[in-house]
Amino acid sequence: MGLFGKFIAKIKGTAHASVADWDELEASLLEADLGPHLSAEVVRAARSAKAENAEEAILNTLRLALSKKSRALIRASEGTTAVLVVGVNGTGKTTSAAKLAASLSTQDSRVLLAAADTFRAAAVDQLQTWGERLDIDVIHGAPNADPASVAFDAAQQGLARNMDYLVIDTAGRLHNKNDLMAELGKVRRVIEKVMPVQEVLLVVDATTGQNALAQAKVFAESVEVTGLILTKLDGSARGGIALAIEQSLDIPIKFIGTGESATDFAPFEPEIYIQGLL
Amino acid sequence: MFDSLTTKLGGVLGSLRSRGKISPSDIEGALVEIHEALLDADVALSVVNEFIETVRVQALEALPNLQSGTNQAQAIFEIINSALTEILGGNARRVRFAKQPPTIIMLAGLQGAGKTTLAGKLAKYFADQGNTPILVASDLQRPNAVTQLQVVGESVGVPVFAPEPGNGVGDAVKVAKEGVAFAKAKQHNMVIVDTAGRLGVDATLMKEAIAIRDAINPTEILFVVDAMIGQDAVRTAQAFLDGVGFDGVVLTKMDGDARGGAALSIAHMTKRPIMFASTGEKISDFDIFYPERMASRILGMGDVATLAEQAKKAFDPASSAKLESKFASGEDFTLEDFLEQLQAMSKMGSMSKMLSMLPGAGQMKKQIENFDEGEITRTQAIVQSMTPTERRDPKILNGSRRIRIANGAGRTVKEVNSLVERFTQAQKMMRQMRNGGTPAGMPAGMAKMGSSMGAGMPRPAGKVIQKKKSKSGNPAKRAQEEQA
Ligand SMILES: Nc1nc2c(ncn2[C@@H]2O[C@H](COP(=O)(O)OP(=O)(O)O)[C@@H](O)[C@H]2O)c(=O)[nH]1
Ligand SMILES: [Mg+2]
Repeated sequence: MGLFGKFIAKIKGTAHASVADWDELEASLLEADLGPHLSAEVVRAARSAKAENAEEAILNTLRLALSKKSRALIRASEGTTAVLVVGVNGTGKTTSAAKLAASLSTQDSRVLLAAADTFRAAAVDQLQTWGERLDIDVIHGAPNADPASVAFDAAQQGLARNMDYLVIDTAGRLHNKNDLMAELGKVRRVIEKVMPVQEVLLVVDATTGQNALAQAKVFAESVEVTGLILTKLDGSARGGIALAIEQSLDIPIKFIGTGESATDFAPFEPEIYIQGLL
Repeated sequence: MFDSLTTKLGGVLGSLRSRGKISPSDIEGALVEIHEALLDADVALSVVNEFIETVRVQALEALPNLQSGTNQAQAIFEIINSALTEILGGNARRVRFAKQPPTIIMLAGLQGAGKTTLAGKLAKYFADQGNTPILVASDLQRPNAVTQLQVVGESVGVPVFAPEPGNGVGDAVKVAKEGVAFAKAKQHNMVIVDTAGRLGVDATLMKEAIAIRDAINPTEILFVVDAMIGQDAVRTAQAFLDGVGFDGVVLTKMDGDARGGAALSIAHMTKRPIMFASTGEKISDFDIFYPERMASRILGMGDVATLAEQAKKAFDPASSAKLESKFASGEDFTLEDFLEQLQAMSKMGSMSKMLSMLPGAGQMKKQIENFDEGEITRTQAIVQSMTPTERRDPKILNGSRRIRIANGAGRTVKEVNSLVERFTQAQKMMRQMRNGGTPAGMPAGMAKMGSSMGAGMPRPAGKVIQKKKSKSGNPAKRAQEEQA
């Protein structure tokens, strides 16, 4: 922020920004995890604009990188809307699933949670604790149960109990593990035997670097990701890699996480995010 | 996804070979490539710049001594690699033990870094060396972190001190203090304290960590950090250093495919040793940190050692041994064995990803990109559609059986035919091998990479891994031998 403000002041005051100034701009973008490619693109746009338009040129290049897809949570035209929450380990899937369920239920929807992370120690308890806090039912299976069978159960119950939303938490998995990615595909297919999966939300930790792009690519190929949840924006990381994901894979960020309590969750606002990157 | 630095440098410097001399401007060209490769690997920009400066000075110094005709790219590469290894390993040391037991290890880091899992791994690691650790549950923040630690502790047979339920209830400082007192009373020589995840910018939680530290006076505070972390690594590491402080670093989720440039940033900035690498979700997925491996990984030069380890893990030793003895006793390799090998291969991860871990993978980039990942799955489906009898004795596969198999697997009869034929040939080759020569060794199937056969030729994996001496010309094999 500081750096960028100074930069803008500088190039507005002088007809020609120096090489060092452009380097400074690029540094500020790189440090937000935008990546070498997108950062260079922004600098190029700024350099080819007139000094007084440079700020707009920078912001516009960033805005152009955003996906044009809708950022609203997709709602099934009838019956239960199934939302699958996926991602690598520790990004905040369970917390985000709970927060999303909380936000939907305060909007007077009937929400059911499903604990399909049957792998990590005490992951089911973690979601159950959230369920108790939020007064939302959590469907779970026996310890180490097949995640697909938990998801299937939950889908059937969601339907039978006439729920508006079913939010399914899954185990963290690194995208380079084929067997775990195949397992996730199965979870999705099994739910679809009962109801279509409207949303597959990939949870991306804002502190993650360039690897998040590879994560998004593989998850998108395996389970057709429909949106991102960008978590841990309450820290010092600016989460620029999410913009790189929007640009290269056309997957919109739908929600952000800004803390550890249920209310630290909000719909994504592009303009605030873009300004925050700088 | 990214061109490896090897390829890029090869491009920049390779053309010079004909001219024979390397010039300062060639070095600048190479430095530009290194700059970008390091940024792609998430090394912090300030560290990249400083590093590039070091390499520039060293390369220019070495320039007059570079013989024409030598591979200049290689020479510069050596400079980069050793500079990297130096930063990553310069401060290497083992965990200190307290003069007066118990040795107290406190874990600190961001949310989701993997502290609780690591606590269990450390406990197991030190218990295996004859220590008597206990685990202390001082993460009272995250829902059911305490339960998680209890489950982890139980699975490694290490007692867990957890007087508070957590989920926001209890005093983490008090628990840590009582945990240490408990360990002393029960004569445990080591205490491992799990703490809540906290952001560098969270002053309140950082104060709590400091209070825990001051209450228990740890022998080692380990900063636990996810290998996928981006540019924020420097800010966060600095915040922890200035806040609670730390003596060593542990990198987690190293089984992913992040290049892990943060390791370089953190080692460079904090001058603290990186001590361990956490490499998976199982308790046994844990190792001491190897600076050379990390250097290659950051540069995208291929990581043979890790590849060999993944292979070793995927090919379960029991089944490899079974296969080997079967092979030795003159029994035939069957389609059932083949299926087992295919399954192990798909467990190892994407074939192209694995192939790209091999050195020199840059040159095979096209083949690797074109590698048909589906081939293994399709082959697997065909074998799975056979009955056990058919798998043991493919000779009985007549036309109608083949049609049934093709339908079951959702493939064509032609594909079934071709698989059976390839398998029969492979089986024949195995018989010949038994009676003499051994073809170049790699885990099953890898030898045939890039060929249209894809899933390739079966051969017993245990053989390769267990052989000790012969220094193989094949790098993957050699690394496996060195690992064994
Ligand atoms: N500061 C902060 N912490 C978060 C956020 N979302 C999740 N966490 C924490 O990150 C850690 C991992 O979250 P969890 O939901 O268990 O991750 P999972 O493994 O992906 O299910 C926990 O300590 C959470 O409390 C966030 O937006 N901000
Ligand atoms: Mg979880």
